[in-house]
Parts: sequence; structure tokens; C-alpha cells
Amino acid sequence: MSGPAWRVLRPGALTTVQDRGRHGWRHLGVGRAGALDPDLAALANRLVGNAPDAAVLELTLSGPTLALPAPARVALCGATVEARFEAADGARHALPGGRPLALPAGTLRLGAVRGGLRAWLAVAGGFDVPVVLGSRSTDLRGGFGGLDGRALREGDALPIGKSRCNTVPAGADAPQAPGWWIDLDADVPRDAPIRVAPACADAAAALDGSRWTVDPRSDRQGLRCAGDPLAIASPEQVSAAVAPGTIQLPPDGHPIVLLADAQTVGGYPRLGHVIAADLPRLAQRRAGDALRFVAVSWDEARAAWAQRAARIARLEWAIDLALARDTAP
Amino acid sequence: MTAGGIAPHIEALADDAWLLRFAPGDDANARAHVLAARLRGEAPAWLRDLVPGWDSLGVCFDPAAVPADDVRAWLLAHRDHAPAAATASAPVVEIPVRYGGDHGIDLADAADALGLSPAQLIERHAAPLYTVAMIGFAPGFPYLAGLDPALALPRLATPRSRVPAGSVGIGGAQTGIYPRESPGGWRLLGRTPLRLFDPARASPSLLAPGDRVRFVAIDDAAFAALERGA
Repeated sequence: MSGPAWRVLRPGALTTVQDRGRHGWRHLGVGRAGALDPDLAALANRLVGNAPDAAVLELTLSGPTLALPAPARVALCGATVEARFEAADGARHALPGGRPLALPAGTLRLGAVRGGLRAWLAVAGGFDVPVVLGSRSTDLRGGFGGLDGRALREGDALPIGKSRCNTVPAGADAPQAPGWWIDLDADVPRDAPIRVAPACADAAAALDGSRWTVDPRSDRQGLRCAGDPLAIASPEQVSAAVAPGTIQLPPDGHPIVLLADAQTVGGYPRLGHVIAADLPRLAQRRAGDALRFVAVSWDEARAAWAQRAARIARLEWAIDLALARDTAP
Repeated sequence: MTAGGIAPHIEALADDAWLLRFAPGDDANARAHVLAARLRGEAPAWLRDLVPGWDSLGVCFDPAAVPADDVRAWLLAHRDHAPAAATASAPVVEIPVRYGGDHGIDLADAADALGLSPAQLIERHAAPLYTVAMIGFAPGFPYLAGLDPALALPRLATPRSRVPAGSVGIGGAQTGIYPRESPGGWRLLGRTPLRLFDPARASPSLLAPGDRVRFVAIDDAAFAALERGA
């Protein structure tokens, strides 16, 4: 069933509608956008019975407060969110992450994001904003997709799509959560060095073991590194394709790692690329966090990706098993 | 590299993308467009994006559908086919521009700096048949190759925080058009009433990489009429 729209009471620091991103338009300057950890967004979707590419909300630093006019099944994945539910009778309930939550009508208060920067909220049926150029993701720089091409604002209405499984019990006045959850802790320690495939030997020497902190001016387009500037004699290049993960070195000597909202082409010298397996972990770093890079080969990058993919597959299997058990007669 | 040194060099751009760099030269950009068209025509199921640069082509693939090394081998097998003459058949798009005044606030200063009258600068900017070398910076922003080298102008030391949509400018040895209001440091000569990028259109971008462009000077009345119709 398709429920009535949710109302945004408070928008949070930067809350956007995202799915797995936009492909096929980069030649026209349209970047990928999409969740900064598409796998965790997909797991949140799986917990509520959605397809992996259903649109979710991406929370940054602090989450929104949302009025739910009808019962809904939701799930949170990513960094820990201080989440509370306020029922119609005023009773307050703390909400855990990593599992499906059956909520009655009421107010969902998503507060501080801890132990990381970002988290993803899925709702059964998905956030039903229009598909633009093949995706529901918000393109903040282009000003389209998501909710009018921008972050959530107070007073917005969030349309909710039709759900394949609407199993929220009618009449319940308190949230219900199963006794199980998926363990989202990464297989690599959260603060371990970020692995980089260097562009050349000079870049490898400069990056390997280098220490930075995350510049507060970082955003979804790029994570900026603060620290002692690098002095590499690398000539300015004519613009060529860049991608999420590309590490650019602007003239000020402070590397920028491009993230999901990366532009499609860039002319700054490039030092290398953060490997795909580590990009989601990088996107969880907060302003002021320490950051260290370590050089690896593309073979190591692919092995790390396969390892991560296997881990995600195990979590998917565990979710399916637990959901089947919960709904068994 | 193969005979003649024209085959592009291939480097990794990401876990899911390769970057082909063509030997710098007059036809490097044309080669990128021709190769892109050829690869697009083959349309392998794993192909996600082809991103032309000034002398390069980014190739993005779906890593769940194909091993990266297979894509590399496929590109190596296809990269030599780049007859640059094929670009002569690219479409020509006329872009009406109201030069000067409120629409091009840098026109007078730019003409001064170049030792030209504003009319001469307009004439020389509107003379060439430009090529869309690539699109980037923002959705639908065309970087145009073919600017008269005598019209090169340095970018502003401090970019403006707001450049109006449709502004036509010169930055270094390039000219281009801002599709939507955005920050920008190019010298603004004029504005087009045409909408360069609209995600709701079937073809969202007015221009595609490889297209050719000619600017046509218009007056205020024509600008207003086109703006109403846009």
C-alpha cells in the first residue's frame, strides 16, 4: 500500500534522498550522486523488503524529525543514530539500528549521528520522488532529482511508495523491533588507513603513510585534506574524466578526494584513487578526524572489493533468513 | 603503443573505470569523440558511461557485470579505430547571444584588454565554428574548442559567486556557456536565452560532446522573444 506523505518537522544538517546513483549521463556533465555507501543503503532497503535501488534518506551529522501520519516499517543502517520515536500518546521509545522497525503513526526523531558521519533510513515502499534521468538521487550541484534537487527543508512532504510487504500490525501504539540485528561493523577497523591506488611513483611516495585531518569544508562532492601541503612537481593537466575516489591535488597542496557528487571532468593533477572498498569508510570521516593513506596495487584493490562484496552477501543472506523466520506461520 | 604512436595510452581511473589518453595533438579531441561514438554503437551490456576530455576518454563499466581486465582488453582491441574526419558530420547548433550590456558585463573591459572595439570582439567571437570538446563542471556546461587564440583572456582572480544562467564567457583559451546560475571566473561577453540543460527533456543537454557550435549575435527584442519561447 502507498501511505500518506511524511512531513518534515526538522530537516537535520544535510538530509537528502538518494538511491544507488545515476549512470549513463556523465558525458553531459551529470555525475553519479547516490548514497555514499550504496551497499548499506541497499541493506537498509532489504530490511524493509524493498528492492536494493529504492530511494532512502541519507543523514549527515544529524538526522531529521519526521511526522508519520500512518504506520510504517523502517530501518537505519550506517553510523549510529540517536533515534527516538514519539507515539501519539506522548510515550517515547529509543530505536535501535540494523533491524526492521514497525512504527505506528507518530513522530520519528533522528538526532545526532555518532561514530561516523552518515546513516541511511529506508522505509517500506521507498521514498517515492520522481525518477529523473534514471535515478531518484539528489543532484545537489545540478539542482534536480530527489526532493526538488535539494536537501530536505522544514515543511517538506516526503511521498512514500507502495510496499510489497506491509506487515505493520494495525492498532499497535509502540514501535516493535525483532530481537535480532545485523552487525554492520566493518571488517576493517573504522580508523584504519585509507587504501589508495597511486597514479605514479611520486604520488605513491607522497601519499603512502601521509597524515591529514578532514577539512570542515568537505562535502558530498569532495573530502578535503588539511595538513602540511604536498609539494609534488606535477604539471597542470588538460581536463579529463574523474570519478568518485579520484584524489586531486590543487595548487594549494591539499589533496581532495572526490566523493559521490564528483564533477565528471577535472584538470588538477591527480595523485591516485581511493579504492572502492574504502570509499564508504572514508565518507564516514568527520571534520577534524585523523586520516592516513596507504598505497596498494589494483590487485589488492580488487581483492578488498571481493572481500567486501562477500561480507555484504553474507549480511543479505542473514537478513533474508531472519525475515523468513519472523514471518513463518 | 602501435605504429604511428596514435593509439591511446590506458590507465586506471577507478575500480570501475579506465581512462584512455590520446597523444596530444590537433586531432586528439576528435579521436576521443570518434572512439566514444564507436564504443557507444557497440553498447556492451557492462558499459555505463563514456566521458570525453580534451585529449582523453573515460570509460565507466559495471564491475559486477565484467572483470576490469576484460574491459581493458576490449578497449585495446577497439582503440585504433579513430578516423578523425568523421567529426565533419557532427551536428551544427546555432546559439543566439545578446552580447554586451547587462547580458555581458565584461564585454567592454575585455575588448579594451585585447585592443579591440566591442564590435570587433563580438565579430571575432561569433566567427568560428566551435566544437564541443567536452561537457563538465556542471550538467550541460560545454567547453568549446576553436576560440581565436588572440581572444584568450585570463580568468578573474576571484571568481564571481553568481554568474547568470546562459552567460557566454572566455576563460583562458576556452569559451563556454554557463547552463545555470553558478559561481564562475570567466569573462562574460553575453548571454543566450536558450536553456542549455533541462533534466525533464528527453535530450537533457542542448549540446553533446563533438557537436559543433556557432554563435549568432542578437538584439534585445530577439532575446526577449526567444526567452519567452524557451
